[in-house]
Amino acid sequence: MNAIDILQIVGLGLIATFLVIVVKEQKPVFAFTITVFTGALIFLYLIGEIQHIIQMLESLASKANVEIVYVETVLKIIGIAYIAEFGAQIVRDAGQGAIASKIELAGKLLILAMAIPILTLIIETVLKLLPS
Amino acid sequence: MNHDVNTIFQIAGIGIIVAMLHTILKQMGKEEYAHWVTLIGFIVVLYMVITIIDDLFQKIRGVFLFQG
Repeated sequence: MNAIDILQIVGLGLIATFLVIVVKEQKPVFAFTITVFTGALIFLYLIGEIQHIIQMLESLASKANVEIVYVETVLKIIGIAYIAEFGAQIVRDAGQGAIASKIELAGKLLILAMAIPILTLIIETVLKLLPS
Repeated sequence: MNHDVNTIFQIAGIGIIVAMLHTILKQMGKEEYAHWVTLIGFIVVLYMVITIIDDLFQKIRGVFLFQG
């Protein structure tokens, strides 16, 4: 992917916006599906780049002798955040703010649940350091 | 990239055509046919969108190490 691709993405967004405006007059449902489709398409453009970044992070972590479990947890947390954001924004765009808030709440809770093993480890380490 | 930008134009075209058919059928006094046309058009479009959403989720699952 080159720097020129930002032009493609912006053009895609502009064209999709015009189409949404045109279609929304007649059938709002189809306008909404165009929105979802464009969002997914742009995300698919970007996911290759995200893959490169994550491969770099993994190689860094393996060089620094970090255990792979922790890196995996962090990556899963980033993934949950991306998916929750994508879904919540689309749902909020369709006018359902309440459901969007619940999706965000679910994302936050799942992230917290995934972070619990790391938190427990930190607390146990601190407790070991303390003189009994 | 598997998916094409053309699909956006296809969805918009289906939307406009379905709207036209809806109006024409309504003018002819066939309300129930108009609703069926809208529903079927929506299902076709939804199939396209679900295909790309499925692809997106599979890719995210692969990239962010969601094996388990």
